[in-house]
Amino acid sequence: MSTEATTTAATDQQDGGAVVPGASGGADLVIEHVSKRFAAFTAVDDLSLTIPSGSFFALLGPSGCGKSTTLRMVAGLEQPSEGRLRIGDEDVTDLPSHRRPVNTVFQSYALFPHMSVLDNVAFGLKQRKVRDAVARAKEALELVELGHLAGRRPAQLSGGQQQRVALARAVVNKPQVLLLDEPLGALDMKLRRQMQVELKQIQTELGLTFVHVTHDQEEAMTMADVVAVMNEGRIEQMGAPRELYELPRTAFVANFLGKSNLMHGTVVGREGDYLLVEAAGGVQRLRTDRAVAHDGAVVLGVRPEKMRIFTSGEETVPAGHNRLDGTIIDASFTGVSTEYLVDVPGVGTVGTFTQNMGQATGRAGDPAVMCWDPDFTFGLAGDDDVAAGAAERDA
Amino acid sequence: MSAPAVRRPEPKRPEPAAELSATERRAEKARGRIGVGLIVPGFVYLLLFFAAPVFVLLAMSLYAKPPGAETGVFVPAFEISNYAVALSQYWEPLVRSFLFAGIATVLALLIGYTMAYLVAVRLRQHKLLASILLVILIAPFFSSFVLRTQAWKQILADEGFVVEALRFVAILPEDGRLTATSIAVVAGLTYNFLPFMTLPIYASLERLDTRLLEAAGDLYASPMTAFRRVTLPLSMPGVFAGTLLTFIPASGDYINAAILGNNRDTSMIGQVIDSRFFQIVDYPMAAALSTVLMVVILILVMLYIRKFGTKELF
Ligand SMILES: Nc1ncnc2c1ncn2[C@@H]1O[C@H](COP(=O)(O)OP(=O)(O)OP(=O)(O)O)[C@@H](O)[C@H]1O
Ligand SMILES: [Mg+2]
Repeated sequence: MSTEATTTAATDQQDGGAVVPGASGGADLVIEHVSKRFAAFTAVDDLSLTIPSGSFFALLGPSGCGKSTTLRMVAGLEQPSEGRLRIGDEDVTDLPSHRRPVNTVFQSYALFPHMSVLDNVAFGLKQRKVRDAVARAKEALELVELGHLAGRRPAQLSGGQQQRVALARAVVNKPQVLLLDEPLGALDMKLRRQMQVELKQIQTELGLTFVHVTHDQEEAMTMADVVAVMNEGRIEQMGAPRELYELPRTAFVANFLGKSNLMHGTVVGREGDYLLVEAAGGVQRLRTDRAVAHDGAVVLGVRPEKMRIFTSGEETVPAGHNRLDGTIIDASFTGVSTEYLVDVPGVGTVGTFTQNMGQATGRAGDPAVMCWDPDFTFGLAGDDDVAAGAAERDA
Repeated sequence: MSAPAVRRPEPKRPEPAAELSATERRAEKARGRIGVGLIVPGFVYLLLFFAAPVFVLLAMSLYAKPPGAETGVFVPAFEISNYAVALSQYWEPLVRSFLFAGIATVLALLIGYTMAYLVAVRLRQHKLLASILLVILIAPFFSSFVLRTQAWKQILADEGFVVEALRFVAILPEDGRLTATSIAVVAGLTYNFLPFMTLPIYASLERLDTRLLEAAGDLYASPMTAFRRVTLPLSMPGVFAGTLLTFIPASGDYINAAILGNNRDTSMIGQVIDSRFFQIVDYPMAAALSTVLMVVILILVMLYIRKFGTKELF
């Protein structure tokens, strides 16, 4: 599809008429230095993003970090205090919401209580005077497995069903950009997984640009091509899920997206591709290209599953591995694995786990040695707050 | 009185009555008795002050005046012709009443809706301003109905600024006037019943979730369309209540016509009933006219409810 043609058609639009010309395929969404202030409070702070056409983009962040506000600005429901928004080649900053080729699945569903489920879903199509609006609305309802409830009022549906109606009502319009504000929040685990697959399928099939807001890091990681972690109105880090997980660049991301063990250290030298960092009473190695800061104070990090823990005192730490010595505070056997909390002098509590391969489990009070391949170490700025994001993750 | 005959006004319960435990059944019964107890006073009141007077009214409308009897003396009879006389002599004020009430209702709807919308939706973020406006809207109605109507007479008087201004811009001819015209009566009706229109509409607009309007905008509806497809339908319960609360009392009103109208071509049926009853002391005729008024209102309201009221109101 040519973006050119789409935007021309959209600009030629008369008031209240069709906006998206039978769109198939998405468009780039470009957010340039957008800020939003409510009185003295800055909800979104100088945000710049480019979301490529046809990608599944997840916006992940703790409650109140400005995710909904960002979506509302894209949808035209909130005017940015500063900055520009572009969809495809068109600057939509000053377009009213009903002229934007964007649809939203609202966090509050916002279903029309006086209309049947079917009329709700057909609403957007009818506004654009699409010919077979009702038939298409029915199809969309089938897609979310609610075909049999088409005649009901929203108030007669469960929360999860309402959420799926909201989804159908937005998807049916095949907008260039679909905004989803926690669209699966009210669903139980099983339905959630099922809808995740469904959503991903819809997105791939139609080639639309999806912007998916969620609290759920697992959801963001499994569904999205690109994940942006947002905190206090800013993007902390953005990238492919794996990249974000393996190489967080701030403590907030390291803690919010999965768990991390972080420790303060000081760079004491170099050795080939590695920085030598004095931390936890020893010298740890960190790949230079995985470090944010290269001298002075740094924060070292490693994911729990990258570590090995020795409790018998018989195993030897492989040469060249980083090493921590401590005392087990807590060991909990979960069947598949044993999870350890280990007190390491100068670092604090370090968490790790071992897969159950039949080995003996350590007990609280036992000494423990932990080690990991230095290539898994990541380095953060020395002044980063090692606790940032942990509380938000568990919230 | 037996308790089981009373239907509880609660919504349907999920569990079937048969599966209620003994304690639950006892609780149900006790609640039923309390329900009956609560209904009795209202029921007695209605019987005494509504059903009985209506019966007396209907009976009186069929009384006859014995030949040669003094004024005000009537005997029980079955004088159906009272109705024929009432209709043939007074069809004009009767029709006029409904016409005036209808026009006043439409005007009050336009004004009342606009004001309610402004206060309840547009100024929703500005709580203080909205409250002040609401008070200003309602405050005049703390003074008496008759007094307010008298004030309108002053405002619309021949020497008043309204008439002078209208004459000045030549909307009214040099000798044109407003008092003692249909315009004044309708204006008075509109004004006096405005709160009955505005408040129910305000109540339903105030509950409107404005996020629905955002959703409509997001789904390509212009603000105008969003109003038509979302705001208006959701405020229909208020519109419905408001129009009934305005139209019914307005069609029986006689104060506006008496104070702001003349005795020729603006008289309303309330005025006629008033004069039949208190001045000419023709009780059967007054009763017959009242009955006609009541029946016509009943029919009109039923037609109205049929047409607009069957939609689910919530
Ligand atoms: N209209 C408003 N006036 C003032 N402050 C607002 C307004 N809307 C949002 N905020 C504030 O902006 C911040 C961001 O809100 P937003 O709704 O974008 O959060 P969110 O990331 O979507 O959170 P959640 O995950 O809980 O939905 C919050 O602190 C909120 O209180
Ligand atoms: Mg939100």
